[in-house]
Amino acid sequence: MEVDQMQRQCLDYTKSLFLEGFLDGQFVQLQQLQDENNPDFVVEVVSLFFEDSERLLNDLTFALDQKSIDFKKVDAHVHQLKGSSSSIGAQRVKNCCIAFRNFCEEQNIDACLSCLQQVKQEYCHVKNKLETLIRLEQQIVAAGGSIPTMEF
Amino acid sequence: MESCNCIDPQVPADDLLMKYQYISDFFIALAYFSIPLELIYFVKKSAVFPYRWVLVQFGAFIVLCGATHLINLWTFRIHSRTVAVVMTTAKVLTAVVSCATALMLVHIIPDLLSVKTRELFLKNKAAELDREVGLIRTQEETGRHVRMLTHEIRSTLDRHTILKTTLVELGRTLALEECALWMPTRTGLELQLSYTLRQQNPVGYNVPINLPVINEVFIVAVRVPLLHLSNFQIYDWPEVSTRNYALMVLVLPSDSARQWHVHELELVEVVADQVAVALSHAAILEESTRARDQLMEQNVALDLARREAETAIRARNDFLAVMNHEMRTPMHAVIALSSLLQETDLTAEQRLMVETILKSSNLLATLINDVLDLSRLEDGSLQLEAATFNLHSLFREVLNLIKPVASVKKLSLTSHLASDLPMYVIGDEKRLMQTILNVVGNAVKFSKEGFISITAFVAKPESFRDARIPDFLPVPSDSHFYLRVQVKDSGSGINPQDIPKLFTKFAQNQSLTTRYPAGSGLGLAICRRFVNLMEGHIWIESEGIGKGCTVTFIVKLGIPDRSNDFKLPFVTKVPGNHGSTNFTGLKVLVMDDNGVSRSVTKGLLMHLGCDVTTASSSDECLRAVSLEHGVVFMDVCTGLDGYELAVRIHEKFTKHQDRPLIVALTGNTKKMTKENCMRVGMDGLILKPVSVDKMRGVLSELLERRVLFENV
Repeated sequence: MEVDQMQRQCLDYTKSLFLEGFLDGQFVQLQQLQDENNPDFVVEVVSLFFEDSERLLNDLTFALDQKSIDFKKVDAHVHQLKGSSSSIGAQRVKNCCIAFRNFCEEQNIDACLSCLQQVKQEYCHVKNKLETLIRLEQQIVAAGGSIPTMEF
Repeated sequence: MESCNCIDPQVPADDLLMKYQYISDFFIALAYFSIPLELIYFVKKSAVFPYRWVLVQFGAFIVLCGATHLINLWTFRIHSRTVAVVMTTAKVLTAVVSCATALMLVHIIPDLLSVKTRELFLKNKAAELDREVGLIRTQEETGRHVRMLTHEIRSTLDRHTILKTTLVELGRTLALEECALWMPTRTGLELQLSYTLRQQNPVGYNVPINLPVINEVFIVAVRVPLLHLSNFQIYDWPEVSTRNYALMVLVLPSDSARQWHVHELELVEVVADQVAVALSHAAILEESTRARDQLMEQNVALDLARREAETAIRARNDFLAVMNHEMRTPMHAVIALSSLLQETDLTAEQRLMVETILKSSNLLATLINDVLDLSRLEDGSLQLEAATFNLHSLFREVLNLIKPVASVKKLSLTSHLASDLPMYVIGDEKRLMQTILNVVGNAVKFSKEGFISITAFVAKPESFRDARIPDFLPVPSDSHFYLRVQVKDSGSGINPQDIPKLFTKFAQNQSLTTRYPAGSGLGLAICRRFVNLMEGHIWIESEGIGKGCTVTFIVKLGIPDRSNDFKLPFVTKVPGNHGSTNFTGLKVLVMDDNGVSRSVTKGLLMHLGCDVTTASSSDECLRAVSLEHGVVFMDVCTGLDGYELAVRIHEKFTKHQDRPLIVALTGNTKKMTKENCMRVGMDGLILKPVSVDKMRGVLSELLERRVLFENV
């Protein structure tokens, strides 16, 4: 494929992610931080996000599985997840976390469980999308082009 | 009397004498017996007789004397020895009793005499008391009369009733033949007969006020002082030094021989005083009733006017509310869609059309906003905001906005900001900008060529002895100063006579509506309102048509005080040049327990050229922090760790001036967060998310001012 075409495809894909609400302006910031000194910044951060989130989600599942649930702990985990997702711009995940935290405060077990499911789902979505995006970008770089930046 | 035992030969020649003696003795005895009886009878009759013993004694004495004389009757003839004995006994007893009585009388008679004296004394006293009681009773009666009269007089507040009642009651109390009242006329120089008792319609006799005193025998005249109220115009008397008075004349019945008694005169005087008071009360009441009626009328009228005004305002507000929403909605639609349309592919002709549509609709939107603003200004419902902002950058922005337009018209635009102009001020940034833009915009609009110059400086009080604004004497103080901005242009100028009209709404300067008929004429009116709200003045000077004009305005702005002003500035207007401000060499420490967050922040700072160290816990941070670090960014989302860390960092570097700045980086927008940060001695607070530009601004701000608290 032509580099231009690939770039356009990448751009369109990124745009669609924004339009669908998967990502927000923070992601653009991340992209802006990537420069010659830091060429893999985005990839690094995204990977870090994946690791962190998976760990947190496991911890959450474990915590909510207990007979007597320690909501403080659950809240702390969700808080971390919220922090990470907002740092990276994963908007939907972040919004889920906000709702999740409210239910934690209310100590509503059922709602928390359903929220957990939702967060996991959203995380999976955004993980797939980001992986696709990174793959596209890597292909462009491999073909000798530069990653197109969004004007936001 | 001689008594002997021998037989006494009676001498017949003394028979007559003896007969007489016999008869006399008999009568004496009779008397002597009857006197005590009478005494006893009368004493029994009387209630009080202190000397019964004396009576008994005296009775005994008389009885015995009588007995003696009676027995003497038997001694004229030959009498037996018994008789002689009885006679002697009687005589002896008589002698004893009479001596006793004589002795007793010596004691008693002085007493009896003194009793008589006391009796006389008491009689005199009784007479005196009688007199006094009579006097008191008279006085009491007088008092009663006065009270009754007063009550009658005071029971009404109507002047005529008062006076009539006075005369009637006085006439009745003192049984007068006639009683008349002479009141002063309007001129105050004559007394006019106003009220009389007997005559129904007093004829208008007038008597000059200086008539000499009246015959006092049957008539008494009393001056009734009339209390003169200064704001009471019924009698508008000229300046008089003596008190004004009416004259009350009282005439005793001519057929009686009565004289005027002192108490009656006193009564009359008291009554006269009371009448005067009552009259003044009546007058005050009349006056106040009149005033109250007037006020009530005024109230009603005012109420009506207020309700009408309210209705008008409500109608206006309703209209504005409708205009606000209904008109803006389609406006926005038009503007938004026109600008979107501009982005698409258009032929040149189409583009021109779209541009015109856009321009016109922008103008219309501005007009709507202007009108709304002005209404709110007039309402008084517009309130200025007060926030700290950068004055210099405000001017820069104005220049940036105007430069393109000015250069198109080939006008040279210069600005000069005085060096003592503070960088940060407190005021309403948006409205000040609006004002300056409007003024400068006008200057550009009405100049076809030449220059526009903007100068701004701190107004000094000396430069205010300005004839244009005589009452305005601004005095700067520690908390505020006066900014003077002057915009001079070399444009078409204005006729000095037209200048006052410029600030009136909707009045267009007719001679200039040529090239750019844009502008509703509201601009300057709004400017003036804003300037007035900022406690300032705005004025225009022009030497005439074609000679350009100068607009000057002065506004009051606050000076931010660093120690107690929480709203410290935050520069959001970093100009869009992405030239990297050089932060190389700046060592920063980032503390965040969230890995992703940490790397993002690190990436951000590294992108800006900083030398970043990271820490994932407070302990690690404490270990890592050193004097080399310029700033420490810490995430305070997670509980109180961050705050404690700040305290500990302070402790670590108490002695050093150049300790690293501690800045909190948080997504937490609670107010308490900011206060907590300040409390633990943090130097700044920034809200996540942070963009590159924001971080750049933050860093430069921090390094310059060493403090930065974002508004939460």
